[in-house]
Amino acid sequence: MPTRTWYDLAVGIITPGFSGRPRSGAPDLPPGQYLTPDFPVLSAGPTPKVPRADWEFVITTETGTEYRWSWDEMMSLPQETPTVDIHCVTRWSRLGTSWQGVSLDTLLEEVETAADYALAHSYGGYTTNLPLDDLRDGQAWLVHTYDGDDLPAEHGGPARLLVPHLYFWKSAKWLRGIHLTIEDTPGFWETAGYHDYGDPWREQRYQGD
Amino acid sequence: MTALPYVDGNMLDGPMGEVFAVDLSTATGRCANCGATGPVAALRVYSHAPGLVARCPTCAEVMVRLVRAPDRAWLDLRGTTFLQFPMPPSGDGPLAQP
Repeated sequence: MPTRTWYDLAVGIITPGFSGRPRSGAPDLPPGQYLTPDFPVLSAGPTPKVPRADWEFVITTETGTEYRWSWDEMMSLPQETPTVDIHCVTRWSRLGTSWQGVSLDTLLEEVETAADYALAHSYGGYTTNLPLDDLRDGQAWLVHTYDGDDLPAEHGGPARLLVPHLYFWKSAKWLRGIHLTIEDTPGFWETAGYHDYGDPWREQRYQGD
Repeated sequence: MTALPYVDGNMLDGPMGEVFAVDLSTATGRCANCGATGPVAALRVYSHAPGLVARCPTCAEVMVRLVRAPDRAWLDLRGTTFLQFPMPPSGDGPLAQP
């Protein structure tokens, strides 16, 4: 049994162990993850309350060109209903979560850019970086509905990013926009030790993993 | 049931005591964003997160971030202008008046 640290206490769970290899036999779980029936709420600050009437989503290219959508404009775009597994870097995973939203392929369709990277930014100031390619080809959505209901504010509503193939801190809550950049720009957790890419199957939790 | 979204800065004593050799419970800090100065114990600490995030009670900006990996820790104080600690009197220092 590994020593419990403040980190274990902070998330209120006795984790399977920092140094342990995956000990569950579950084939669907990345290494070091455990299954939870809950949907834990993690947050680095107060929950922003953003009325839909004031909400907007903006993609800004490396040249400063902006592409904007109001709530109604976003909702009138083709909608998709991904059912995906999600993996939090604090070691919980949920399988088969159901969402509704707009594919980033749709949002990026008209955007002219030579950028290789994206920096997602949120109402409330949160940021997270990822390669632009990881937002394309059916891998990412701007979602507003979870399990058939409006996405609650504590889970990122009115709308959040969903990039399920990366650790869930990349799926920014309260998404406000995405900056497209030539160079990779580390975000909120990435400037404090977390991995710039964050592939759960390669257990890329921290810088250097 | 709604849990408090944050706890007070007293919870930083243990985790930051891993990094600092001084007693944080009596330390004072100044927010780099709004300039408010007050005890570390009064910061609002969001701990249900991949790390600890301590925010200014006046303007809510981030003052301290602490991430703990199994074998490493990262401390980000860019939101803190200074931390002030009470120290035992050191006798005639360079600032002592004649």
